[in-house]
Amino acid sequence: MSDLSQTRTFDEFMEGIWRQNPVFVMVLGMCPTLAVTVSAMNALSMGLATAFVLVCSCGLVSLMRNIVPKEVRIATYIVIIATFVTVVDYAIQAVSLAVYDALGAFIQLIVVNCIILGRAEAHASKHPPATAMVNALGMSLGFVIGLLALGTVREVLGAGTLFGVSLFGANFQPWVVMVLPPGGFIVLGAWLLLFSTLKQRKEVRLAEQGGGHGA
Amino acid sequence: MTVQTEIRSAPHIKGPRSVEQIMANVVYSLAPICAFFVYQYGISALASILVVTASCLLAERVFVRTGTQAGSLSDFSATITGLLLALTLPPGFPLWMGVVAGFSAMALGKALFGGIGFNVFNPALVGRAFVQAAFPAAIATYTPSFLPGRFTEFIPSSLAWPLMAPADTAAWLKAMQYDALASASPLARWKFEGFVTPAWDLVTSLTGHMAVGPSPLLILLCGAYLALRRFMDWRIPIAVLGSAGLSALLIYAVFGTRFPDPFFMLFSGGLVLGAVFMATDMATSPVTPRGMWLYGALIGLLTVVIRFYSGLPEGVMYAILIGNAATPLIERITQPTPFGKGVSIRARRQATYTLHPDYISREEAGAKTPKKRFLKNKPK
Repeated sequence: MSDLSQTRTFDEFMEGIWRQNPVFVMVLGMCPTLAVTVSAMNALSMGLATAFVLVCSCGLVSLMRNIVPKEVRIATYIVIIATFVTVVDYAIQAVSLAVYDALGAFIQLIVVNCIILGRAEAHASKHPPATAMVNALGMSLGFVIGLLALGTVREVLGAGTLFGVSLFGANFQPWVVMVLPPGGFIVLGAWLLLFSTLKQRKEVRLAEQGGGHGA
Repeated sequence: MTVQTEIRSAPHIKGPRSVEQIMANVVYSLAPICAFFVYQYGISALASILVVTASCLLAERVFVRTGTQAGSLSDFSATITGLLLALTLPPGFPLWMGVVAGFSAMALGKALFGGIGFNVFNPALVGRAFVQAAFPAAIATYTPSFLPGRFTEFIPSSLAWPLMAPADTAAWLKAMQYDALASASPLARWKFEGFVTPAWDLVTSLTGHMAVGPSPLLILLCGAYLALRRFMDWRIPIAVLGSAGLSALLIYAVFGTRFPDPFFMLFSGGLVLGAVFMATDMATSPVTPRGMWLYGALIGLLTVVIRFYSGLPEGVMYAILIGNAATPLIERITQPTPFGKGVSIRARRQATYTLHPDYISREEAGAKTPKKRFLKNKPK
């Protein structure tokens, strides 16, 4: 029994990282994904901020799922999410003003991030707090991975650095397009292509195996 | 004796034209232009042409192998893309950036849309637009043509290490006793200094005509070969050049000396190359004759507007890309009327069949058209 529940929790966790990755599979939350991934550092801080809000608000939504009337549930979610976003907003401002300036309005805009509202509505409001938070943690890790995947490529090509550390020496030729909006779209497209190719290959392989066993 | 009859639908007469034949002829007509380009700029230009074309071919090979698109290297379309791309880049463009340009041309311009015949934008221009956005400094660095040691010595910026910044071309030129003016293109010299290059230099690009691609006269000659053999529609280049000339003339006539004369507009920069070889790409230009005129006129007008009123000295690339984007719309509004559906026939029918004087229509008689009823459970 405990074994089964453990696998289920693990599945809940892995869900967001791979099978329902918010960036590469569900293509949600594109606004911060495209806008703040100019550098890996920005991507990581944005991802962690979102992760904090996502996990905490999913836990709270799940705790309150039986006492909130159905008619006002969205308003409740927004109030809960906004509370945590305010916490994050002030926390980042206190920790690093440089990161705060780089992320700009996108910290406040976590409120309207559809990954968070979607998780609250689709998962947290129907599951007990532990499950909801594990699922939210997986989702936010998936989001961090997605943002980092974009942020590293764009920073390496756009500035020749990774987390601010120079990789190619002073004579590097930056690809200006990579730190501009088109670069975000091109890199995102390349990652989506890679993920869908992997997925397709896996499906073909599974179909072949399944067919073999069935016969 | 029996008569063999084969019944099939139209078309019954097929021309011997194939994609391979058309593309091969475009390559032949590009050959003299490339040769002149190499003669102007020497060994760097040759390396640039070879590397860019090779990277286009390699990318095409990879995408045909891995993707679902049709096509092969033997249809020469990737060769044309590579040659045209190399001609639009500065001769001293770093070779590794040329590889990036060739690869992004085939990936973003062609493979993304499904390969040959499906591309929405001219692949060569997509590649150039990508490197223009990625390396704006390198793509604006031209060198003078007919440098003395051009066949033995590379322009140092061509041989930059991959991912590294190219050598300083201005310092190299200074060491060779050339001033910065020598490497500015006629368009840039007009835009930033108000200097208009003499007409004969522009047309032949043989003397004093620094830092711009191949001679417009040669391009027109090669284009005429293609047009005469019907490998290319003559309407598009004529429309592009005509519209650019007319709009430049109009602006010149109204505002006078603030703007250069239309002749300078036509034969400086890449307008002739773009009009003859890029705007006429079959997959990205309209098929309807009226559409071709409209498309060409749009490109010509946009070129002049971008050159005159934007921060960029050259506007042909963006003008053609915008024209490509407008192609489906242009085709939709210029559909020719099918035979038998013409306006003249409708007019004659009105004249021939006059209504009976007592005739009243159903509506006039007060009849109501019953609403059509849809059966919910349609009997099978």
